[in-house]
Amino acid sequence: MAQQTADDTEQEHHGPSRGAYLQIAGILAVMTTVEVLLYVFRESLGRAVTTPSLIILTLGKFVLVGAWFMHLRFDHPALRRMFVGGLALAAVIFAVVAADWFLGSNGLDPQGF
Amino acid sequence: MSTVDAADHAAADHGHTTNLGMSNEKLGMWTFIGSECLFFGAMIATYLLYLNRTNDGLTAFDVFDIPFTSASTFILLMSSLGMVLALDALQRRDMRAFQTWTLATALMGMVFLAGQMYEFAFFVEEGFKLETSPFSVSFFMLTGFHGVHVTVGVVMLVALWALSLRGGITADKHLETVELVGLYWHFVDIVWIVIFTVIYLIPVG
Repeated sequence: MAQQTADDTEQEHHGPSRGAYLQIAGILAVMTTVEVLLYVFRESLGRAVTTPSLIILTLGKFVLVGAWFMHLRFDHPALRRMFVGGLALAAVIFAVVAADWFLGSNGLDPQGF
Repeated sequence: MSTVDAADHAAADHGHTTNLGMSNEKLGMWTFIGSECLFFGAMIATYLLYLNRTNDGLTAFDVFDIPFTSASTFILLMSSLGMVLALDALQRRDMRAFQTWTLATALMGMVFLAGQMYEFAFFVEEGFKLETSPFSVSFFMLTGFHGVHVTVGVVMLVALWALSLRGGITADKHLETVELVGLYWHFVDIVWIVIFTVIYLIPVG
């Protein structure tokens, strides 16, 4: 009976283990620390280094939380497509704003970005 | 099908499943999250559009306190770990651990909200108000709406914790409910990951 209960619990336990969750959290903490360090040393590193590095780290954190904590890595692929679909639509908005900005049609200064 | 079988069946799938093999509730939550990506994407784009429209008032460089916001960002990030550990505990039917991690997650959310309220009060004191400039209104709208989302998440977490204390949460019947609350919480965290970089680190850095 005890064996059966343990088996049932194991069957219901889908997704990563606690150890994996802790590892992911550790990686996220390190990435956040690196982001803050990039900010602290922004003047010596220069904008050409800090901005792309920050974007890459942010995307990495985004993917880690989505894939592991939100279980997208283990769930039905349709859920991943729904999430990516929303992100793609948001990206379209960014593209339109960026195009409007760099074409200068809104009168804002693109150098300030 | 006997009455007992029917009751077991209803308890197992929470009523209805989609033809994808998952519940309507889970599909609905992911549809909501997909639409929220669009919502926050539009708000972040608006913020970037008005970043330099300061009306000769305070700029991002003048008002943001990066060390303070970094600390609250770290707390929100770790609350996501608390949420997955709460779900893991429920899957293992360890109700004590579930209650502990659910409460810890809610408390971390509350600390983040307290930090945001302090930050807003400090900004207003410094003269950086909602009506100061297009930049200030887009900042307060974006971070304010995120704060509202965190508040809703905290309310859901406290409700789960309070229900579990009364025996109202069981692994058999409420695993998916907790998973859906967790999805919402992780989404709130993921949005802040982007906001923290785009608003606080890149324009100032």
